[in-house]
Amino acid sequence: MITVAPEVNNTNQVKLDLANLSEEQTALEIKDLDLYYGDKQALSKINMKIPKGQVTAFIGPSGCGKSTLLRCINRMNDLVDICRIEGEINLHGQNIYDKSVDVAALRRNVGMVFQRPNPFPKSIYENVVYGLRLQGIKDKRKLDEVVERSLRGAALWDEVKDRLHDSAFGLSGGQQQRLVIARSIAIEPEVLLLDEPTSALDPISTLVIEELINDLKEKYTVVIVTHNMQQAARVSDQTAFMYMGELIEYADTNTLFTTPSKKKTEDYITGRYG
Amino acid sequence: MVKQWFKSGSPWIWMTGGAVSISLISVIGLLAMIAWKGLSFFWPSEVVELKLEGSVPKQTVIGEIYDREMVPKSRLEAAGYDLSAYQDEYIERILVKTGNREYVDLDFRWILTTDIQSQTKPEAMAVFERSKNGNFYGYVERVIEDGKEVTNAPKERLVELVERAVDLNEEALDLQNGDIGHINYELERLRLKEKKYALDNALTDEVLADLESKRAELRAEYKVLEARLFELRKKAKRDQVVVRDMRGELVTLPIYQVLDLWFPNDMGFFAKLGHFFVQSGKFISDDPREANTEGGVFPAIFGTVFMVMLMAVIVTPFGVVAAIYLHEYAAKNAVTKMIRIAVINLAGVPSIVYGVFGLGFFVYMLGGSIDQLFYPEAAPSPVFGTPGVIWSALTLAILTLPVVIVSTEEGLSRIPSSVRHGSLALGATKAETLWRIIVPMASPAIMTGLILAVARAAGEVAPLMLVGVVKMAPTLPIDGNFPFVHLDRKFMHLGFHIYDVGFQSPNVEAARPLVYATAFLLVSVIIALNITAIGIRNHLREKFRSLEH
Repeated sequence: MITVAPEVNNTNQVKLDLANLSEEQTALEIKDLDLYYGDKQALSKINMKIPKGQVTAFIGPSGCGKSTLLRCINRMNDLVDICRIEGEINLHGQNIYDKSVDVAALRRNVGMVFQRPNPFPKSIYENVVYGLRLQGIKDKRKLDEVVERSLRGAALWDEVKDRLHDSAFGLSGGQQQRLVIARSIAIEPEVLLLDEPTSALDPISTLVIEELINDLKEKYTVVIVTHNMQQAARVSDQTAFMYMGELIEYADTNTLFTTPSKKKTEDYITGRYG
Repeated sequence: MVKQWFKSGSPWIWMTGGAVSISLISVIGLLAMIAWKGLSFFWPSEVVELKLEGSVPKQTVIGEIYDREMVPKSRLEAAGYDLSAYQDEYIERILVKTGNREYVDLDFRWILTTDIQSQTKPEAMAVFERSKNGNFYGYVERVIEDGKEVTNAPKERLVELVERAVDLNEEALDLQNGDIGHINYELERLRLKEKKYALDNALTDEVLADLESKRAELRAEYKVLEARLFELRKKAKRDQVVVRDMRGELVTLPIYQVLDLWFPNDMGFFAKLGHFFVQSGKFISDDPREANTEGGVFPAIFGTVFMVMLMAVIVTPFGVVAAIYLHEYAAKNAVTKMIRIAVINLAGVPSIVYGVFGLGFFVYMLGGSIDQLFYPEAAPSPVFGTPGVIWSALTLAILTLPVVIVSTEEGLSRIPSSVRHGSLALGATKAETLWRIIVPMASPAIMTGLILAVARAAGEVAPLMLVGVVKMAPTLPIDGNFPFVHLDRKFMHLGFHIYDVGFQSPNVEAARPLVYATAFLLVSVIIALNITAIGIRNHLREKFRSLEH
């Protein structure tokens, strides 16, 4: 079943056969997913398996549906009244669009970081423990422990350890985005969705976040949407190219950027449109 | 040239700036006028002695000059005055407050300046503020302490005796309202208890004996207190002062009726200032006397503030919850739109209509039902089925509900959706997001709504006349008797007090400065309430400074 390819990519990862991932290698399986906004079809027949413990990037021109697809994974599209979804997304063999699924529980398992940093109007500490407080955890020692672990995990601890109880609004944009990541990993999700996490940040903050993404995949499956192809090439193990609501090509990052098999992919990565 | 000036845009700046200036001047002018007219009442004005002769028989008038005006001579002549000796077209006349109400027909008199032969300000002139019949002006002749005349420094002794009597009276009043009032309250509760047992058919001999023993205990206590009260009163009544009034006659005033005594013509600036503050303080802290035309307005201040706070406590949760439903849960369709328009229009309904609604719905229907269900023993006298402070607060809560709803909704819609999404993405439900993030972030807007609601409610009088305000409430809505907060009681209100003193008073001239003073106080109370609310809002704003980057 497992085909171990002889070559390794730039992050020393074993190359996977994406079409035939085994169950324990798969974090998410998207099956025949169609999505409509009213009458307009935004995603059509998406089929893919996202491997566990790796970084998967969605790239494509604006409006291609990459963010929409990402939001399907933790059902954020539920908030859009006119949105209708057909098909399945399986997490642990369970379709997350099944009626019996508790959306809040799903979102605890599939965290999300948005384009613009969105800290809550609370202290840094309270931002990080927000998800835990929702779960009713009150033990001070446990909370302190989680705050330190999460902030270290988001490479923010050294910068904020002396002002944990100051307002989160006092942080810079890049720090706020890392705080949001810390907040997400505080509840230990399996999957972390990043929706263009660096598009509102300066180059240095972007670099810090990219390094952080590399560390995050040791513990979490990361799915990132980016419009920046260099970023996708730098941080991801797998890349999916989407165009006009369709998944055009899905391969490991090296292959996709060096020897794309589809004309559209080649046109996009060589900068002919997008 | 003019064309260029128009083009430059400066006419707009002038126009908008002018509008702001006019508003500012009106507000400051209004405040300055009521403050001046109201506060000058407490300043000890000098008392003049006027010798009159002319169109009136020869006489002496003593009093404070209240007002001056110019009257056309022709009008006075038409009224029967002989003014042929004067050439002026206008004759000045002055309004003098003569006090001594029980000895003269009117305690305010218009006097033509042409009649005044001489005007002096004798230093020995004394002003007595009395608990009955208003001020008394005159010269102190004799001070009688315990039946004997005081010969050694009688004036200084008089001041001491007045203080003594005031203290004794206060002690007696405390006893009457405090301990004796408490016994009466308990006796009434026992009576109701007995009636309730009788209604429940549970009035056994045992219960009856128990009630009777309690009653006897209270009565015995009452006897002791009553004896003490009479003792205090007797002590207070000990001394007298003999005063020569403007008719030249000697009048004996019992000192226990004198509340204060001062010699205005013999006072320096600082003595007057001190007197001013003492009088202002008494106005704020005392109960009204003499059909509200004298004394203080403390019950009205208390009633206003208490009712407004009660209203705020009622309207805030209701308004916020309604706004949350409209904004967060209600489907965005025509019905919601209609409801929103209806809510906004509710703010335009005349307040007296709310009063009528409050009387019909709250007082008679709701209050009547509560009485039937919970207070059958009190019948036929109503407990909640009669206007009271709770119904006033509820009526005003409905009146101000639209304001709170509209500003809360505005606050909710200003919160960036990214914050909501952030919370939802962490596994919060919509309700958790609302209560942990959204409502706290909208709290400054909620406070804004509350500020507007308080401003509107504190100034509202018309509906209150139907649902709970009275001219004179014997007890405050909060006191030391169980259950301490009496929401069924009627209350006094500064706004209604202005109306009552100004328009229902038998003594218009005496009441006029009180109208200004009360109006100034009402404005001050509203400003104080608003400043408190604004302070809270600014604190919240600082705390939830939203994501504006």
